[in-house]
Amino acid sequence: MLTRAYQHSLNSSGVLAGQPLLEVHDVTLRFGGVSALTDVSFTVTQGHIHAVIGPNGAGKSSLLNCASGLYHPQDGRIILHTGAERGATSHELTRLAPHRIARLGVARSFQNIELFAHLTVLENLMLGRHIHMSHSVAASLLWFGPARRQEIAHRGLVEEVIDLLALQAYRHHAVGSLAYGIQKRVELGRALCIQPALLLLDEPMAGMNAEEKEDMARYILDVHELAGVTVVLIEHDMNVVMDISDRVSVLDFGRLIADGTPDEVKGSPAVIEAYLGAEGTA
Amino acid sequence: MSTFPQLLAKLATDRPDEVALQEKRYGIWKPMTWSSYDARVRDFAHGLASLGVERGQVVAVLGDNRPEWLIAELAAQTLGAAVVGIFPTSINEELRHILTLARVKVVVAEDQEQVDKLLRLRDDATAGLDATGAGEDPPLLVETVIFYDPHGLESYTDPCLRDFTTVEAVGRELAAKRPGWLDSQLDECSAEDIAIICTTSGTTSRPKLGELSHANLLAMAEHLTAVDPIGAKDRYVSFLPFAWIGEQMLAVACGLSRGLTISFPEDALTQKTDLREIGPNVMFSPPRIWESMLSEVQVRIDEAGWLKRSAFGWGYDVGDKVAGLRVKGQRPGLWLGLSYRLADAVALRPVRDQLGLARIKRCYTGGAPLGPDVFRFFHAIGVNLKQIYGQTEICGIAVVHRDDAIAFNTVGTPIPGTELRITDDGEILLRSASVFRGYHRQPEVTAETVDADGWLHTGDAGYLDEAGQLVVIDRAKDVLQTADGTRFSSAFIENKLKFSPYIEEAVTFAGGAHGGMTALITLDPLTVGSWAEHQHLSYTTYTDLVGKKDVYDLVAEEVDRANQDLPESIRILRFVILHKQFDPDDDEITRTRKVRRSVINQRYADIIAALDKGEPKVEVRSVVTYQDGSTVERTIHLRIFDLTRYLVPAGHGRRPVWSGRR
Repeated sequence: MLTRAYQHSLNSSGVLAGQPLLEVHDVTLRFGGVSALTDVSFTVTQGHIHAVIGPNGAGKSSLLNCASGLYHPQDGRIILHTGAERGATSHELTRLAPHRIARLGVARSFQNIELFAHLTVLENLMLGRHIHMSHSVAASLLWFGPARRQEIAHRGLVEEVIDLLALQAYRHHAVGSLAYGIQKRVELGRALCIQPALLLLDEPMAGMNAEEKEDMARYILDVHELAGVTVVLIEHDMNVVMDISDRVSVLDFGRLIADGTPDEVKGSPAVIEAYLGAEGTA
Repeated sequence: MSTFPQLLAKLATDRPDEVALQEKRYGIWKPMTWSSYDARVRDFAHGLASLGVERGQVVAVLGDNRPEWLIAELAAQTLGAAVVGIFPTSINEELRHILTLARVKVVVAEDQEQVDKLLRLRDDATAGLDATGAGEDPPLLVETVIFYDPHGLESYTDPCLRDFTTVEAVGRELAAKRPGWLDSQLDECSAEDIAIICTTSGTTSRPKLGELSHANLLAMAEHLTAVDPIGAKDRYVSFLPFAWIGEQMLAVACGLSRGLTISFPEDALTQKTDLREIGPNVMFSPPRIWESMLSEVQVRIDEAGWLKRSAFGWGYDVGDKVAGLRVKGQRPGLWLGLSYRLADAVALRPVRDQLGLARIKRCYTGGAPLGPDVFRFFHAIGVNLKQIYGQTEICGIAVVHRDDAIAFNTVGTPIPGTELRITDDGEILLRSASVFRGYHRQPEVTAETVDADGWLHTGDAGYLDEAGQLVVIDRAKDVLQTADGTRFSSAFIENKLKFSPYIEEAVTFAGGAHGGMTALITLDPLTVGSWAEHQHLSYTTYTDLVGKKDVYDLVAEEVDRANQDLPESIRILRFVILHKQFDPDDDEITRTRKVRRSVINQRYADIIAALDKGEPKVEVRSVVTYQDGSTVERTIHLRIFDLTRYLVPAGHGRRPVWSGRR
């Protein structure tokens, strides 16, 4: 192959840019008597980096867990729009099991790293392709015929993700032996290997130093710009959020208190009070 | 005598299906045969012609080592144009200087980063915002930028941009329309045409552009391979910038005249593992590569358990004895020979293998002096490392060690076809068929460098030793004299210091009225960082780390050790550890990592003066410019360490760092 352009598209959404991709309608999630989310509604647009921010315990991760099927909200609906190729063009996610949601193209990373520490980077990334693999146990074990061809094809895509995220030097290193920042990058990579329609990132920069954060922001922008993937991002670092997001939703005690462009949100009195403190001291 | 494209065409006919180039992409070595290499060069040549490149022009290439670099180079040469390589890390002024001086119209750039630099440069030029020297330099003429890594460039609509593969495709169509046209272009080329333009490293001034013809380079390749044969089966890993003459010398000149297979690593970070996977037979690197390999071994042996340390220590001693005999052309006796076999198996070969040097037949260092201790280390572990002496102006090589006569303080004897003369002032003069055509568009400077009889004035001071081997002291103007009249080179002392795995760069100065020497030292953050971790020493930044008292003590011990090897009059009396590393972007060091003494002298004049006076500390102002353009000025106090009454602390807890020094 002469060209150095990537041969695989990492974005599997058939929705046109600017159209709604994920709609959250009046979602309410309760644990016993505690309301984690109350009547939260917003829309994620195809082609955006959409940030969800809020103080600790505001319900950000709960919202992501609802979207990826780990929690099932008591009320409300979460609707994912897909292109025509996946059958129906919109799917109700609230009652689906996590693996079915993953098949619809919703990929995510976790706040705490959830990788297989003793597997190599490559093996972890190949696991991201697992939902796209279909061959029998026997054929896989024997590394034979279609199983072999299929795995080679999947490796091609994985290698492009490795190239995009500059993980070449760590390809055969056990994930557990790598620096924290690199592990976070591997987690982003594994989510990309699913070829997502929507990428949910739960605090991809938590616990990083300034330099690692800058790198990570760069990679998220690359994923967004080069691969065209829509990203929903939970992040604490306001500077990062304001720099890279197209749209920001703010949660406080389970309620949506603002939703808009970074500039609109920055100016909203409710946000300043909830997030930065009443006096705006932060 | 012929030209590079003709050599390529011949290889494509003689060995069409053998591997010419291979590049690691997506984790796999992807080969390119001589015939497809030749076909791509021809397509791209047609493509360049369609963009208006013609005989006598200069095409610039700006990027890391990839097959496309060589394809662009050979395609330009096919049309009778020359190619100028630009270091991929070059920025604004440097870039502009080269592009304008060479009247470059077409640039082949690697990726978005390089394209952005070029577009910004062009926009500045059209807006009349030339930073400096607008009056001296001719205008920027760049019309077309061809890129070969399209990532991130999808949305760029600038009409001057072209994708490399598109240019090839256009060329292919054109080739079908005018068969035989390219061959006629090729026939018009002569060996006297400019093949490449190499930037001189410019430790003293802005880079000059040396014109090297096909004949120059091929004569050099022939003479070098007469001394050290290189065959078609040899492997070579290309990871140093093609803008450097050394890389052109082996990868292009020797590569095409002998048909070597060239391998390109996947990424800058994977160079070491890729080097090990290929196991090259021949290598040419500047001293910094060898120094970093040595540091790596030193640190890793130091961190190893006692069994490995003692096995290596013993093996190294045996290896060192054998190497001492071998470089004089002698063979070890029976007992030593047997011990050497064992030592090689248990200690030396594994180290060579880790460094990727297991298959090395010969390797070279050049571009700057390498310390004799580093040299000795590589011979002791069984690596046949040899010094090359030469300038860009003589295709990079004029003098080299012979296999059985390697003296660690010399650079060897001239290669065939090269004459050497030492003037009465002690300057080295060279003459051969490889002496360059001249500096590009600077005939007056050429006249100062090459005299009417064809002698190249190197500006280096040196002499021939009893065995007839050349000893290079230093740049003639950097040669120093002690109070008692001994001539010596500051590089000699600096190399002694740099033998320490912790010291990255050292610049020494004659210590004013007090006599003796003083030194400005920068540290290797990797080795010092891992040392600090072992000491449970916490630190934040480089500046913080090197300011620690423990680090000063560590370095003091290293300097003291170096002092033991130096004559009394040129020992280091005081040193300071600089708060930052030298950076090519700050002009303190060249892109090939040679220290620019003039810049250092000027920029750190206060520190040097304080060192002279023997003050206990010195204050420096450091201005940090953030990427958004804001600047912060900080004042840093640097401690000056006085070694005059220094004694190595007794019962010091630190394990002695293993080293090859006697």
